[in-house]
Amino acid sequence: MVEYRIDRHSGVATYVQIVQQTKQALRMGLLRPGDRLPTAREVVEATAINPNTVLKAYRELEREGLVEARRGLGTFVRRSLGTGPADSPLRTELEAWADRARAAGLEREDVAALFTAVLDQHFQGDPT
Amino acid sequence: MSSDTALRADALGKRFGLRGGWALRDCSFRLPAGRVCAVVGPNGAGKSTLLALAAGLTVPTEGSVTVLGTTPAAARPRVGYVAQDKPLYPQLTIAETLRMGADLNPGRWDAAGAEQVVAGGDLDPGARVRSLSGGQRTRVALALALGKRPELLLLDEPMADLDPLARHELMGTLMAQAAQYGTTIAMSSHVVAELEDSCDHLLLVGGGRIRLAGEIDDLLAAHLRVTGAGTPDALDAHTVVESRVTGRQLTALIRPAGALGDDWRTATPSLEELVLAHLRNPAAPALTAAGDAEDAATARNEEHAA
Repeated sequence: MVEYRIDRHSGVATYVQIVQQTKQALRMGLLRPGDRLPTAREVVEATAINPNTVLKAYRELEREGLVEARRGLGTFVRRSLGTGPADSPLRTELEAWADRARAAGLEREDVAALFTAVLDQHFQGDPT
Repeated sequence: MSSDTALRADALGKRFGLRGGWALRDCSFRLPAGRVCAVVGPNGAGKSTLLALAAGLTVPTEGSVTVLGTTPAAARPRVGYVAQDKPLYPQLTIAETLRMGADLNPGRWDAAGAEQVVAGGDLDPGARVRSLSGGQRTRVALALALGKRPELLLLDEPMADLDPLARHELMGTLMAQAAQYGTTIAMSSHVVAELEDSCDHLLLVGGGRIRLAGEIDDLLAAHLRVTGAGTPDALDAHTVVESRVTGRQLTALIRPAGALGDDWRTATPSLEELVLAHLRNPAAPALTAAGDAEDAATARNEEHAA
């Protein structure tokens, strides 16, 4: 199960925040196929956001084939996302790279800017 | 449900006394069932009058209001209303107040739900209403209204007396009610930010008139914040809600009537910007989209289905 955290000052639409946090949980392996997402009632009771916002986010996740709604039962994860659970080889390589970047004297912002630039170059035009 | 419209006003007007001014005039809008509607406007705009008319506590001077497909009086068993001053019997205890709610609403009283709202505030059921703080009274009044399991909930400034923690918790309770039972909620406030995340529909009341009415997403999408070099007449083709010139820069909030030139920088306004721009400019034309709302909703659903 995941818990959503809504940042009202982020400038990101609330339903997009839910979509992004769900995907993040899928990437990190916190949510796995077969897991149930919290019901709209559970989410809005904890966050005080509008129920339609949650349903809109879940529809978007369903449209992308990540989850499926089962009538009367809830919304369930269909597939996981990416190849990068917490302990994957890719993460190990990234950790090593971050170590080297730091040893080379880069600040946190420098590393973030570098990483973002490379991401932009490789994933140009992809939906975020 | 007998109708897909929870609340509807047609040329609704209310004047207090024969020579009094109009508290509300020429108001027409439609609130679809299942929405959570923010009734927003400055103090004295007519918000409380509008909610009292919908609750059937006062009668229109002209026009009509339709509640859950019928008259406000006939709809009353299915409507919960909490007035701004949270009227309760001061000599009753909390437990007695809830028992009164059960007696007054035979067949539909949700005792567990009402008790849960009270329990969230750590209140002693034996405490007399007279001894409660403003925020605690609000909690009991909301428990009474929610226990009725209403199809339409009308709340006049429900959060004004509450501390931030209680506000968040009770707003969560209201949203849970809407999620589980499809309850339509209309709640007023003069603080837009307080309602922004919880509401999907807006009624902006200003000077006794409806200035904006519709789905919040649609209203935001119908407006643009534009910045560029130019004079106000450069935007004459569009509906200008507000415009300001600082040096060579023109800043405006408009309803675009077509494409804008490339030399304008544009952004979608925030809800607060939209509301403030309309309140600062009483002469700006209203947008109530009474007929368009259904088309827009259909279009949105199709978009999701695609």
